[in-house]
Amino acid sequence: MPELTHESAVKHVTGAAVYVDDLPQAVEQNYVAIGGSEIAHGSITNIDLTEVAASDGVVDVIVASDIPGHVDIGPVFSGDPLLTSDKVEFVGQAIFAVLAITQGQARRAVSKAQIQYTPQNAVLDVLVAQKENITVRPPHTMQRGDAAATLKNAEHKLSGQFFVGGQEHFYLEGQVARAEMDEDGGVIVRSSNQNPTEAQKLVAEVLGIAMHAVVVETRRMGGGFGGKETQANACCCFAALFAVRNRCAVVCRLSRRDDMTTTGKRHPFFNTYDVCFSKEGAIEGIQYELNSVCGASPDLSDAIVDRAMFHSDNAYYLPNVHITGNRYKTHTVSHTAFRGFGGPQGMLAIEAVIDEIAFALKMDPLDVRKRNFYGEQTGHVTPYYQQVTHFTVPRIVDELERSSDYRNRREAIELFNKKNTTLKKGIALTPVKFGISFTATHLNQGGAVLHLYTDGTIHLNHGGTEMGQGLFTKVAQIVSAELGIPVSDIKNSATRTDKVPNTSPTAASSGTDINGMAAYNAASTLKQRLVDHLCEVKQCDASQLGFGPDGVSIEGGESLSWAQLATSAYFARVSLSAQGFYKTPEIYYDRENARGRPFLYYANGAAVSEVVIDTLTGEYKLLVVDILHDVGNSINPAIDIGQIEGGFIQGVGWLTSEELKWDNNGRLLTDGPATYKIPAIGDAPAKFNVSLLSDSPNAENTVMRSKAVGEPPLMLAMSVWSAIRQAIASCSVGSFPCLNAPATPEEILRCLQEVAEP
Amino acid sequence: MRVLRFLLNNILIEESGLPPDMTVLDYLRERKRLTGSKEGCASGDCGACTVVVVSLKNGQLQYASINSCIALMGDLQGRQLITVEHLADDGKLHCSQQAMVDHHGSQCGFCTPGFVMSIFALTKNTVSIDSQHKRKSIEHYLGGNLCRCTGYRPIIDAASTALDWALAGNTDQFSENRAATIQQLQALEAEVDTTGFHRPTTLDALFQCKAQYPDAPVVAGCTDFSLEITQRLKQYPQVISLSGINELGFIEQRNGQWCIGAGCSIAALLSTLGPLNADIADMLYRYGSTQVRNSATVGGNIGNASPVGDLPPLFIALQADVVLRSAAAERVIKLESFFQDYKKTVLQADEIISEIRFDSSALDCEHSVLKIYKISKRIDDDISSVCAVFYCPNTTVKPMVLTAAFGGMAAIPKRALELERVVSASPENMQLIGDALDKDFQPISDARASAGYRITVAKNLYRKFLLELKDTQAAHRLHHLEIDHA
Repeated sequence: MPELTHESAVKHVTGAAVYVDDLPQAVEQNYVAIGGSEIAHGSITNIDLTEVAASDGVVDVIVASDIPGHVDIGPVFSGDPLLTSDKVEFVGQAIFAVLAITQGQARRAVSKAQIQYTPQNAVLDVLVAQKENITVRPPHTMQRGDAAATLKNAEHKLSGQFFVGGQEHFYLEGQVARAEMDEDGGVIVRSSNQNPTEAQKLVAEVLGIAMHAVVVETRRMGGGFGGKETQANACCCFAALFAVRNRCAVVCRLSRRDDMTTTGKRHPFFNTYDVCFSKEGAIEGIQYELNSVCGASPDLSDAIVDRAMFHSDNAYYLPNVHITGNRYKTHTVSHTAFRGFGGPQGMLAIEAVIDEIAFALKMDPLDVRKRNFYGEQTGHVTPYYQQVTHFTVPRIVDELERSSDYRNRREAIELFNKKNTTLKKGIALTPVKFGISFTATHLNQGGAVLHLYTDGTIHLNHGGTEMGQGLFTKVAQIVSAELGIPVSDIKNSATRTDKVPNTSPTAASSGTDINGMAAYNAASTLKQRLVDHLCEVKQCDASQLGFGPDGVSIEGGESLSWAQLATSAYFARVSLSAQGFYKTPEIYYDRENARGRPFLYYANGAAVSEVVIDTLTGEYKLLVVDILHDVGNSINPAIDIGQIEGGFIQGVGWLTSEELKWDNNGRLLTDGPATYKIPAIGDAPAKFNVSLLSDSPNAENTVMRSKAVGEPPLMLAMSVWSAIRQAIASCSVGSFPCLNAPATPEEILRCLQEVAEP
Repeated sequence: MRVLRFLLNNILIEESGLPPDMTVLDYLRERKRLTGSKEGCASGDCGACTVVVVSLKNGQLQYASINSCIALMGDLQGRQLITVEHLADDGKLHCSQQAMVDHHGSQCGFCTPGFVMSIFALTKNTVSIDSQHKRKSIEHYLGGNLCRCTGYRPIIDAASTALDWALAGNTDQFSENRAATIQQLQALEAEVDTTGFHRPTTLDALFQCKAQYPDAPVVAGCTDFSLEITQRLKQYPQVISLSGINELGFIEQRNGQWCIGAGCSIAALLSTLGPLNADIADMLYRYGSTQVRNSATVGGNIGNASPVGDLPPLFIALQADVVLRSAAAERVIKLESFFQDYKKTVLQADEIISEIRFDSSALDCEHSVLKIYKISKRIDDDISSVCAVFYCPNTTVKPMVLTAAFGGMAAIPKRALELERVVSASPENMQLIGDALDKDFQPISDARASAGYRITVAKNLYRKFLLELKDTQAAHRLHHLEIDHA
């Protein structure tokens, strides 16, 4: 298929693409600002908003008791009040909201609130939460074999622990929603949102009105990355509340600082492990504790920590394994979905273990990795009893090892490190095996609708949202491929809850798998109607019909353009509107017994990264990256490569420069781009070779035999973290560096000092 | 009536009554409904709001990318403002746009207009491009634009295509309309400014203005000041801008000294001093971003008295003088005594910083050594956790005479006097060196780094300085490694 550019590319480069805050201003349009807690934990004793209400331009002020319907907007479990009235559990937690004529007036009014609290002890450290067993949800365990007994009798064993930092999404477009009331007291909300259906449900609940009275529309997001799966809903609810109360258009847009302070991030983790292995480096038994820092409420933490557990094997067979996933509560913002959804934090644990085994046995870590890969006939069962099939990691790693010249470069690096005192290099090859499907089985469904008009053009709509990942482009390509109509005649319109209902969030890398397949099904239905119509009116057989960009040609007979065909069908009273639906087959997970097949298939890839560190300052530079990734049959290679490169660099940021710091009072210190550093252009490696695995159609019956690509590449960045560790280890006088993530210059220097001591 | 006159793309705009603290971005988005320029951070850190301002200088048009979220409207007086909506020519995309499409340089698209404008600025400044190091130039021009989706590779490719197009001498509507634009801008010169935004064009007028509005902030590039407006939500009925005072914008050699006007932009400082000293160039290329360097001034960086700098440590190590002027008088003091405490300086209410001076020999003497180390979490556009500057006027003289100054190590940019003293006697005794630095500095922990890291790195940077003096063959800095960009 041709490498179509993103459907909005020309609009992006000309500034014509409309984001929520770019919508034309209504005649009466007001702006929201939200007032939050100044302390991390305590109870509110008094709220005095007199001066807020009297502030310039203020139109309306609300507190929790002004909410007509539900106050709690927790997505799965309760715990996320839209406005709190009694207890506060993190700095910035919303207590009141202001509507004013301008954005500036609303924000300035907020600062005039007088709120009194009785502070309580705030738990900010996961180790304290662990000691006192303060959790948002109960723990979950997966096990197979007998890890404890294996460890007890083992000859080679080691144990360790390390911190994995969280990550701010830093979507370039911050949280924003705009609401207008309709004549029936309902609302239309335009939102930058990965989950319009959930926003619709919550807006209806908060307003105390029916879901049919609420429409949520998302044309595009300026980035989502999981940060707009649940965290976009509060802005929708505030905008809708004020729109209905004041009968005006309302924009609720968070400033960057408010966005960073008051919305959830990737969960930080504290991982511990005890592992035993053979002298050849084969893992024999392992026990994990994956301790997540969930923040103040459950949000999606149950599923996120499950996914961390599901991925703490990565590509490796663990014969005897015991994994505990803990969900600790801290008095910080509630952590949430972020590309990989816990998977990266779990996966990093096993890669850390493998590097350490290799160091202990003086082996090339790549050899230890290979020794532990899942097998084909044996050693192919995961800790949750899913069989690993069609496992492309060994092939990928073999091809990448050769194409990247890994072994020779590793030797050259050893030589470099002998010659250089200040600068040291490291190289690492790490694989990724990432499970595809929502682990909440019911979410694995997609819907689409197609309208064919009499001029031969198509209006396409489906449940997935466009956040830059190219979903709209890919789904249009899928429809085009099935029908034959050129992509240029297919319009994929904004996601709307009144077009395709009850949709799942665009998350878990599933966007194309479920919505693309639904659109494919809609296209097939429509095509069948056209075939039936033609066979009837032209007295021909289906096998004589050839559909293409110009229309349909009948073997040995006439040709009809798409407009002629559509018009002909219309006059014959054939329905030219088709719905499509898809549910992922065969998946289930019995959480009670921690067994099942939660994933339809696995997405695979591997990366080789070479880094250099400065042993005097801890600074580092990523020099060369080689990636080979399996996307099955690529629907759009350019878009897939874009996801791989972008996911990789986002992962590099998570593991290196992106450091979240809270002070002792629970206040986020890194609350803006001046202190929170996502990768910039100079962080892209000088050599960045990305290839797609050839001839690797998905063995499962996915749309066009493609594989999901949204999240898996993020974890390819583990190779950078491992390479940094190798560079540090080259300075070691004995011990292997216990490198926490992110590996900031400060963390690297700390490790260098640690390994320099005998 | 005071009127602000500028070209918005190709349209003459006359505005009166704009709030003096209105940012260019708010004006574009709210008043003109030109929503192509995006707000990503409102602090000049992400580049999504990048626009290009065109100024007339010596009869030539100068194209400079700036962050419109922290630029104030009054500074557009007499200039042309080009936004992303205006790049395409009669429906045909500008090369900086077409290349982004062709290379799949946009995903979510929110940062894209800013990148397009930075690439556009790159194509308009080819004279400053070293064609042997195109990748470096691209990184310098785009280092202030953050993208969260692509990983930058396709953007680098797009910028490279656009740069090649420009280097090949291709023209666009802007070069074709050059003469007309110059005429239009000339006609806009010498206009006065909008209500409350005072932009005097002479020092005399400035001091009169200061006397009249003693409470008004005196600003230049506004890259720091604007955060008071956009982040701390302050409102200013009066603002006095130095940006119209040409007599502050010089950088020249005079009487064996480099003399740099307070209004000299960081970009001008870089283009003048960068070619004379690789360390100065390296540091200045990492000073903010191109957008910030185009706006920010030498005087502003000194006047805001940040504990970090990065110019003050450099100038202190060079033992520079700072010239402070009031309506009646001028005084010259050592820069190191200008800073008193956190954000506190000796500048009097009726004074301005007018000039910085240091001996030219620092940059052109074959026996002098100047080493600058900027340590930060990220290479591009990051504030130093530690900035160290070591200057030795003559390495052949023993014992070594060294001046050293640090940013990020104290409440003010500060000279390391104890270190200097120890170095003169025992330059290689690391124990004594370490003790000296412990006496010189008691740094704090903050979002960027811990106190422990700062002091350790300060000591290690002196070690690195020694290594670089002795072992000139090996690379001791990451960016000195030869990297093949093939």
